[in-house]
Parts: sequence; structure tokens; C-alpha cells
Amino acid sequence: MNIVCIVCPNGCCIEVNRNGDQLEMSGNLCERGRKFVEAELTNPTRSLTTTMRSNSEIMPVIPVRTDGEIPKDMMFDVMAVINQGCVKVPVKCGDIVVKDILGTGCNMIATCSVNI
Amino acid sequence: MNKEKLYDVVVIGGGPAGLAAALSADEKGASVLLIEREARLGGILKQCIHDGFGLVRFGKKMAGPEYAQTFIDKIEKSKVHISLLTFATSIEKCDDGVRLTLVNCDGVETIIAKSLVLSTGCRERTARQIAIHGTRPAGVYTAGSAQYYTNVLGYMPTKKCVILGSGDIGLIMARRLTLEGATVIGVYEAKPTPSGLTRNIHQCLHDFNIPLYTSQTVTRVFGKERLEAVEVTMVDENMCPIKGTSKIIECDSLILSVGLIPENELAESLNVACDNRTKGPVCDQNYMTMQDGIFVCGNALHVNDLVDYVSESGEGAGKSAAQYQNEKRRLVEINPDNSFLYVVPQRLNLEKPIDSVVMFFRSNIERGKTKLSVTVDDKEVYTKIYRALRPPEMERISIDFTKLPIDEKSVIKLSLKEVSK
Repeated sequence: MNIVCIVCPNGCCIEVNRNGDQLEMSGNLCERGRKFVEAELTNPTRSLTTTMRSNSEIMPVIPVRTDGEIPKDMMFDVMAVINQGCVKVPVKCGDIVVKDILGTGCNMIATCSVNI
Repeated sequence: MNKEKLYDVVVIGGGPAGLAAALSADEKGASVLLIEREARLGGILKQCIHDGFGLVRFGKKMAGPEYAQTFIDKIEKSKVHISLLTFATSIEKCDDGVRLTLVNCDGVETIIAKSLVLSTGCRERTARQIAIHGTRPAGVYTAGSAQYYTNVLGYMPTKKCVILGSGDIGLIMARRLTLEGATVIGVYEAKPTPSGLTRNIHQCLHDFNIPLYTSQTVTRVFGKERLEAVEVTMVDENMCPIKGTSKIIECDSLILSVGLIPENELAESLNVACDNRTKGPVCDQNYMTMQDGIFVCGNALHVNDLVDYVSESGEGAGKSAAQYQNEKRRLVEINPDNSFLYVVPQRLNLEKPIDSVVMFFRSNIERGKTKLSVTVDDKEVYTKIYRALRPPEMERISIDFTKLPIDEKSVIKLSLKEVSK
């Protein structure tokens, strides 16, 4: 089967064959492709970027993202938690706005700085 | 009469290209004014909250605002003068360089710039430019407008939409709107192949089971006050609708992701020559347009697919603008054959270094294993083999033109030829 790696803009199309319990791969330009395919076949994960409401005077919503990758099938559950939350300003780019969201081990962090 | 303020370099547009240009001109010791029409710096990155920015430059995946923030933090510590909520309403050449008329909260002022950097970005094609028939209801947005409503204003622009065009912004909005609870019925693309990056087809559409229909387009919109439905029709290889293949889809919004065009209204007022292929100004390896002292970078020059390259061109243009001394140029033309969508830059200035000329190109069609060849007077100076080339994916090369004798009469050619496996 073929899996497209989404780690970088190259978007390598990786051909994967099972050989017993070994995975044989070709078409990936780098090691990250191999890691991506291994994760994709066992526990697919994604980073999540979205916005969160804030009490800022100038920005009704503030962009946030996970600081790592969460299980792919938890994206909508995580969205539901974020959509209940509110970011208090001032906030700096990189500040944690939700700690260990839904026990995923990932924090939600702000991706821009807002003073007012 | 007040004496007009004089700057070495004026940069128009505070997005990633303009921020990089202003910073690098400042580092070279120039006095710099950066003007931005919006209230905050960052340009379109302010609304590009998805990640994937900065992989080339910083070696990590950043969200758009985060990428912009690294430059904004730097520029706020620099000597660059920043003028927000400011429009340049007119530009004209004068003895000392360029005279600009600026309008902002303080009123109208004219300033003189020894050199000018145009970093005005690009604009989206609209429904009017692709001739969709029907009424004119609310609910027809460009992908960028839908992105602005969702990510900056915090409004949901749709509950149930159709996306026309498979450009990257449309794909990213398909995922974004789905995550926020909307239904994306499908993405329709008139061309036989998608126009966005492969990874976006996978992570934005496949991950969310959003269908992609190629060789189909929206031919009509219905609705009185608000969009109620669209008609989609299959098209043949000449993009002509095929009779009898139409179907009606009920939806409240149509989101258009049908291409970007460099924004060069200001460049046109200066009679800057444009390239028909890129739709941006013709420039040399130092990002100078065919008008001396006027530089261009980022998406105003050509529509880039990575912000990292936008910043790189900004840095190059800013540095060149700071060092500009009104010296004479010796230009030689670069001639890509018709296997390219375009090649940038379009000229080489032989008075400046030509030992590592950065060039960008896009293939005109999808190709398998392909050889790129660059020749000077029919002698090869550079070759590279690509596994595959696709029009949506920009390629970057760096060429040493000092290997062969070269003058204004030289003929520089680029060609792409598929090689058998």
C-alpha cells in the first residue's frame, strides 16, 4: 500500500510492504517518513491548530495549537474542550493556555502575543 | 511647507516579506520606514493559524502567527520606523528616488525614499473572475475571507458549504470548518489534477473524509438573500461544461479557492514591467525590478508555496535596497522554454555577483523523472534530476554562472526534459 507522509511539504508517497513483522518502505526522502508510517499504522497522531475565545479588547479569538501530536481520533473531543475555554490576556506566544488537554500529554499553547 | 522626510528604504507591506526586508535593510545600516495598512503586523499570516510554517528556516513546524511573531519581536527591538493603518495612495519617481503620498490617522504626508521595496503580497481570484452564472446572494466567499471570519473575527461563515478549487487555502479551510462543526460537502476542481500540495489533500481532506471531485466545476449559484444551492457540472479537457452532467447541491456557502495573483497596483503606477507568466514584476537576481531603485519580494513577485522562501526573498530585497547606489546595470535575459509555468528571476545583472543565483521555477504540467538543464550559449552550466515535478510545487535551485564566459549578448536557456526510468 501507499501512504503519503505529511511531515513536510515534500509529501513523499511511501510504498509500504509487510514482510512478516518487518515493514519494508521505499520512496521516503528521510527518516521522518519511516517514523510517520510506523505511527500511522499503529497509532495515528496529528497536531491540532485552532482558535480559543479571549477577553482581549482587540482579538476576539486567539490562535492556539497543541505542543505535540494528539491521537487522530481525539481531535473533535479536544476541540470541544477548547471551545469551552477562554484565554486571559496578556498572553505571550508559546504560553500554555490549557495544560495536558484530556490527558493526551499535550498542552495547548498560544501562537501569538497579545497585550490588551 | 514642511521639509519632506527622507528615508533610505521604504517598505510597503508588513507581512512576512516586508518584515524580513525591513529587518535586513536595517541591519545593513539604512534608515527604514515600514508601512502597513492594517492595525497589526504579520500580513496574511495573522489568519493562517495552521502549522507547517518555518520548516526550512527554523527546522520546526510553527503556526503562521507564531512565524510572524519571531519577526515582529525582532523588528520592535530594531530602529525600523513602523507606520500602521497607513496607505500609500500614490507613488512617483523623483530626483532623489521615489516620492510617496501616505494617508493615516495623522492626515496626509509625503515622504521621499531613496529606494522602495514592494512587499504587497497577493490577492485571491474572485467569483467575478471565474464567471459563475446566477444571482448574487450572500454566502459566496473567497477562502481567505472565510479564513478571516473564522480565525480572526471568530465568526462561523457557514454551516454547510461547497468548496470550489483545490488550492491550499481551500483545502486548509475544508479541515478548519469541519473541526469547527460545519459540513463540507465536497471540494470541486475543474482541472483533472488537484492544485494544492499532496500533503494537504491527505491531512485536510482524507483525514476528515471530505470528497474531492476533479474535472467538475460550479456553473451556477442559486439564492435570493443567501446562497441556497449551487449547480456543479463535469467539464471536458478544454474546461467546457458537458451537457447533461449537472446536479444541484443544497448549501449555504460557496468557498472559492481558485488561485492567487500578485498584487501590483502600486508597481503598475510606476510602470514596472510585469511578467505574463508570474503576473508579478520582472526582476534581476537582487530583486530589483526593471525600474532602478524599485525592489519586489514575496508573493508580490510570484506566488510562493512556502513562507520560508518569502522571507528569503524579503531579506534579499531589503539588503539590495539598502545597498542601492543608482549604479548602472548590465542585464541579460533568462529564457525558460514552454515546459515551465515560470522562472524567477527573469534577468541577471552582470554588474553584481552571479556565483550563487537563487532561482525558483514551476513545471507547467505534472512530470515523472525529469532533467532540468540550464545552458549559457548552448553550454550546460547546471543540471539536476527530479523524481517528479508538479505545478503546485515550487522548486528552488542555486546556480553558479561564473563557470562560463557570459555577457549581455549571451543566451541563457532553461529546459525540462522527462527522462526514461
